[in-house]
Amino acid sequence: MNAREEIFSRIRTALADVTEPDPALDVPIEWVYQRPTPMADVLDRFVETVEDYKALVVRVPAAEVPTRVATLLRGAEVSSVVLPAGIDPTWRTAIVAAGIEVREDDPPLDRMELNEIDAVVTAAAVGVAETGTIILDHAADQGRRALTLVPDTHLVVVRADQVVSDVPEAVGRLGASVAAGSPLTWISGPSATSDIELSRVEGVHGPRKLLVILAE
Amino acid sequence: MPSDAAGPRVALFATCINDVMFPDTPKAVVTLLERLGCTVEFPLEQTCCGQLFTNTGYYDAAVPNVRNYVKAFESYDYIVGPSGSCVGAVRHQHPMLADHSGDAGLAKASREVALRTYDISEFLVDVLQVTDVGAYFPHRVTYHPTCHSVRVAKVGDRPYQLLSKVKGLDLVALPDADQCCGFGGTFSVKNPDVSVAMGADKARNVRSTGAEYLVTGDNACLMHITGLLHRERAGIKPIHLAQILAQTEAGAR
Amino acid sequence: MTAEPQARRTPAPSSTYLGMPKFQKNAKAKLDDPQLRKNLRYATTTIRAKRAERVAEVADWEELRQAGEAIKTRTLRHLDTYLAQLEESLTRNGATVHWARDAAEANQIVIGLVQAKGVDEVVKVKSMATQEIDLNEALEQAGIAAWETDLAELIVQLGHDRPSHILVPAIHRNRAEVREIFLREMKQYGTPAPEDVSDSPAELAGAARRHLREKFLRAKVGISGANFAIAETGSLVVVESEGNGRMCLTLPETLISVVGIEKVLPTIADLEVFTRLLPRSSTGERMNPYTSLWTGVTPGDGPQEVHVVLVDNGRTKVLSDPIGRAALRCIRCSACLNICPVYERVGGHAYGSVYPGPIGAILGPQLRGIETELDKSLPYASSLCGACGDVCPVRIPIPDILVHLRHKVAQTKHVPKLEPTAIALAGWALSDYRNLQFLERFSTLAGKTLSSRSHLGALPWPASPWTNARDLPVPAQESFRQWWKNSHKEGER
Repeated sequence: MNAREEIFSRIRTALADVTEPDPALDVPIEWVYQRPTPMADVLDRFVETVEDYKALVVRVPAAEVPTRVATLLRGAEVSSVVLPAGIDPTWRTAIVAAGIEVREDDPPLDRMELNEIDAVVTAAAVGVAETGTIILDHAADQGRRALTLVPDTHLVVVRADQVVSDVPEAVGRLGASVAAGSPLTWISGPSATSDIELSRVEGVHGPRKLLVILAE
Repeated sequence: MPSDAAGPRVALFATCINDVMFPDTPKAVVTLLERLGCTVEFPLEQTCCGQLFTNTGYYDAAVPNVRNYVKAFESYDYIVGPSGSCVGAVRHQHPMLADHSGDAGLAKASREVALRTYDISEFLVDVLQVTDVGAYFPHRVTYHPTCHSVRVAKVGDRPYQLLSKVKGLDLVALPDADQCCGFGGTFSVKNPDVSVAMGADKARNVRSTGAEYLVTGDNACLMHITGLLHRERAGIKPIHLAQILAQTEAGAR
Repeated sequence: MTAEPQARRTPAPSSTYLGMPKFQKNAKAKLDDPQLRKNLRYATTTIRAKRAERVAEVADWEELRQAGEAIKTRTLRHLDTYLAQLEESLTRNGATVHWARDAAEANQIVIGLVQAKGVDEVVKVKSMATQEIDLNEALEQAGIAAWETDLAELIVQLGHDRPSHILVPAIHRNRAEVREIFLREMKQYGTPAPEDVSDSPAELAGAARRHLREKFLRAKVGISGANFAIAETGSLVVVESEGNGRMCLTLPETLISVVGIEKVLPTIADLEVFTRLLPRSSTGERMNPYTSLWTGVTPGDGPQEVHVVLVDNGRTKVLSDPIGRAALRCIRCSACLNICPVYERVGGHAYGSVYPGPIGAILGPQLRGIETELDKSLPYASSLCGACGDVCPVRIPIPDILVHLRHKVAQTKHVPKLEPTAIALAGWALSDYRNLQFLERFSTLAGKTLSSRSHLGALPWPASPWTNARDLPVPAQESFRQWWKNSHKEGER
């Protein structure tokens, strides 16, 4: 027997006591999936929980997003930024107008080049109010995974209609992306560690600064 | 307040350790329940819950205890013991041991008897529906909620409800109350160093309360903590919850 | 091996788990280390409080635990079905699936894959499965350097140490010790720590960032585990905090994930349960900073060669015990370690394996088989206080499984010499009330003889394990049974 066959054979022997072949009949699951979590105001809660991770959050009317993208980047003393190919062109225009160097990822930048760039600006797929999580499904307006990882500052724009109450609703919204083979990155604040005496330090390998614009 | 009306007939499950080492505790249960109108009986066939054997891995040695328990108590509607741990073992482990024995009749009977077995605090609060049992105990005490009373028997806050109604009693909160004292049955002799390290922290917390008495619902844990306090000449007296509840102002005079 | 002995590429761990003495001996040594006691006490009490706060925020926490339990139970009871589905989904999405019966086979597969890429180093995401199979040492023997990139794992690796906690492997080290390790070791393996680095966690994390950045930018092969593997879609999930995981999962050209066969979940929808249970139970956060999910190969994004090694290594043995199998529900959150009063006092090394604490005491002996002195002692390394079972996010009845394993140990030949005799005597005494009644004549006689005192002090063996530190109360002069019979003569029962 090869390893695969042997492991399957061991499993079947080990489960000799299981007589019901249908998993759903054998072990019923009472849980109701994709239920929203009740909360007073989803957007308020989102802002509160994201801020809890020491990320900067600003609430902005949709029309003002391009200007705020540029001012936030300048405020963070960013001099170069990489933009995913599908980003809103008005953001790009505002960033260029602010005198910040824009690098395109086409052809793809190698990791050494990415390491020299200060910041990345992306859209998002879903925001989760209860946990302060921003989820990327790496569509064209978010770019491939390395873009939002190597530069030290990540500015992400989340639309109000993308924010859901809690994780169950979020997973529900992301089903199609996963089925299509897209990777997901769930981001809850800047990178952090509590590995030394459980003392939380924001900023290790991932972006040390997370700037969030909530576009309403 | 307690009523004089005829209450239920209750079988006392004294537990082996109380029988041999701490008879004042089951005596107090008798006093208390009779005062509250119950008829208390002590079926002589009873011995032990078998936990000592079960938790050391010797299931076969524990099975006779399950048989004894069923035989001694199956004719009673209420079986009451002054130990969250022993009561917890009856409810949680007896059915498993009966299954292990392969005796289907015992498996069925042990489950039925287990359902009628109560810790004294549960019996008072849930069955007799009384929290003020007319007790008087003018002392500063601290209460250690023993692990098996909280996590196996799940007596919840019933002991606190009962203590809060005792006249004259000054209940001081015990720091880190929910931490295990380190007794753990044979753990106390199989892993004596860890057991004592845990007990030493419990004893330190007990001392920090300045209480005169340390109260629990399990005399085995109390024996372990007191063993440490006594070695240190700490002067804090051990007492079982039932013994506090049994004392009255009239009795104190 | 025909190769010449060569200098090691990575720091040598100080000791091996093989041949560890039984728990009691290890525990005694650890109890005598005041710095360790202090570090552990501080860490466990801090993390307990954080967990309690975050769990209290979730109104349906108990329902959520039940869901976690049910999903895992369903998966384990039909593991063959879900593994076949996982394999099919992974393959469809461009991943290559490998199967390993044991640690040696898993290591051989990984070494072969790394050698085929012609590289001599890999970057690693913290992974319990690769620790369990001791992959780093196997790679080292093959001349391949495996760089741990999680901060705590880095501290352990550079410290020539072993992990002592599932989630915070360097929980036994304080900041001063970490600083010393970084200053001494980093320069031997890459970018040195700044000479003037202080012992502030932020500066030490900064030193780790600089030290590892060159390795991330250079690595051609990344090695990970997975927290979850979704059968329906073929997606793997890694939950982390620092971004080192994202680096390893994203930047290298080749990714090898070593995954225990019990990590499978049926559907993507099930993630909503586990991504809520895990972070609140483990780090006490609403959500961990980063969770990565990938499905085989994503064209133009991340590794273009993706391998998944599915490992048994004793899991099917655990599965074959209908009671013990619940241990395979474990999602490695560490809540049981953090709450455990025994773990708090002795730390993870005393458990002698990569799985310490209550879960280690039930998982280790089952994975390895109850054969060594250590594995026979682990089920007894608990006061059965039950706190572990209460916090477990997938409701593993840890105390019940400990007792179940004690029963298995008691059936082996090598229990303490006099234990079966003592048990038989006590068993006789308590098997019938007449025997107990008979013995009470002696206990009360002892009570009367010792009536001048309430307690006994230090006594010789066999009482010494109790009386070395604890006084022993003297038995009652009249047993309750005797009292009852004397006071209830008139035909009462």
